[in-house]
Amino acid sequence: MRRRTGLVFVAPALALFAVFVLYPMVTAFSYAFFHWQGTSRGGFAGVENFATLFTRAPFTTDLPQALLHNVLFFVGTMLIQNTFGLTIAYLLYSRPRSRRVLQTLYAMPYLVSPIVIGYLWTLLLSPTFGPVNTLLTRIGLDSWALPWLGDPKTALWVVILVSVWQWIGFPVLLYGAALGGVPEELTEAARVDGATNRQAFFKITLPLLVPAIGTVSVLTFIFAMEAFALPYAFGGSTGNPAGSTDFVSLLFYRTAFDSGATDAIGSSSALATLLFLIIFGGAYAATSVLRRHERRITA
Amino acid sequence: MTTAVVTTEAPTERAVAPPARPARRGRPPRAHRPVGGAGASVLLWGYAALALVPLLLMLSNSFRSNADLITDPLGLPAPPTTASYVEAWTTGNVATYFGNSLAVTVGAVAISTTVATMAAYALARGRSRIFRWLESLFLSGLMLPIHLAILPIFYLFDGLGLIDSRLGLMLMYAASGIPFSIFVLTTFFRQLPEELEEAAALDGASSWQTFWRIMVPLVRPALATVAVFRFVPIWNDFLFPLVLLRREEKYTLPVGLTNFFGENATNYSAVFAGLVITTIPLIVLFLVATKQIVAGLTAGMAK
Repeated sequence: MRRRTGLVFVAPALALFAVFVLYPMVTAFSYAFFHWQGTSRGGFAGVENFATLFTRAPFTTDLPQALLHNVLFFVGTMLIQNTFGLTIAYLLYSRPRSRRVLQTLYAMPYLVSPIVIGYLWTLLLSPTFGPVNTLLTRIGLDSWALPWLGDPKTALWVVILVSVWQWIGFPVLLYGAALGGVPEELTEAARVDGATNRQAFFKITLPLLVPAIGTVSVLTFIFAMEAFALPYAFGGSTGNPAGSTDFVSLLFYRTAFDSGATDAIGSSSALATLLFLIIFGGAYAATSVLRRHERRITA
Repeated sequence: MTTAVVTTEAPTERAVAPPARPARRGRPPRAHRPVGGAGASVLLWGYAALALVPLLLMLSNSFRSNADLITDPLGLPAPPTTASYVEAWTTGNVATYFGNSLAVTVGAVAISTTVATMAAYALARGRSRIFRWLESLFLSGLMLPIHLAILPIFYLFDGLGLIDSRLGLMLMYAASGIPFSIFVLTTFFRQLPEELEEAAALDGASSWQTFWRIMVPLVRPALATVAVFRFVPIWNDFLFPLVLLRREEKYTLPVGLTNFFGENATNYSAVFAGLVITTIPLIVLFLVATKQIVAGLTAGMAK
């Protein structure tokens, strides 16, 4: 293909991409380094906007709390999907006949909008008429019929568990695909040598799954750090009750669009930049460790 | 969150990740005894029930009256009533939100797929070094969390007069889908033999005719994957319409639902109906295009 013809083919995509993705992404960083008065940009501010995040209320209380929730969200999700999710994928793998149907069923909630999922579970967990608590009461577990979303102690865990419930079809699917890449010869040879199923899994299959587990964990990390719609549906933009379901994205949203502070653009851009650095740094570090491991097992 | 699926793929790794490789990935495992026996089967089906029952409850409760829901939270829709749907659809404005969501999503997917297919073809076939460079530029978009740029996007839209515009939202989504679409489609175009184009050129076809009549029909499976897979996150997206739309008559479903939920917090059955209406197009899409969705989900997996 001639160069000029090729460029004509690329032009529409490039124009859209440059205007609506590249330009905003690049300016997003620059916003964080200037003084702002409402929407008018002042002089260069260096890292002052970043300093604001660590010195001024409400950031001094809200930011560590929100960040902690993001981390708990990540750790909780990762632990469950890498134990329970992996177990499910492994069990499914030896059941080729029911595998497709079950994978499809597990993936169903994944498709549904997080907003819908949030409202659905809010209704299901309602203390007055929610089916969950009604069922618990009926089978004699009255003490378990708690106001799940009304209590700051349980609300965050509801958000995490519901998110895992929604998202788990994805790791199951990816682990299933990865299991397909484990050479049967290896596990069979191990069994011939007298290894039990358990030994074959932990000594052979699991190490070969590490790249897939790593990929899933990195994606989960990005996903957990960006969490917005699901917590918004559960606790609104302030992370009710009492900030117990607050996340960094919600804090960013409040700062940028709800706070009314005159330098809202500067401080919220600094927050977005910080979040980006956390996401990018974390994902990058994990990916390079993973790459190294991959080279080792393929060598 | 679905857009994050391929984000860890460094651009350089793309060559080893062809999106559809049925021979390796879909290979049925050799028949051996199910691990874990009957107990494990019970666990698997039990969890399937846990995955599905909340969605079924949503459906079932949407066909019950509000009074019925409050007096018997565990009851079934006997007899079913569609009153809550009528209420959500008309007085709840869900019809408007639904129309907006459909227009924005379909438009964005169409624009994004069209421009990405053209670009992917040129990137796959162009020999000049500028195409390598452009390809890396596009693929870098896979790693950019675009939601974090919402503030500059807001002011960009403000400057362009696109605030509260469905067209603006559509263009935004179309642009954000380009990296993933190019990522999948270039791999496909590269697998097609170059002799096809040489033969077409000998027969006097222009570049455009070759592309449109010969190459596009050959990548149709990949087009389906890209279109179906982009549909879901756009349909479900919440932050962009929340920030970029102002008037209720422009709202898409996710933002419309927060409105509706706020106003009808005690009208549970109507809320259930609204949730079902929002979900139905995705379930339908999933049932007719499971294969494409699975291909999209695993497209980022190198191994």
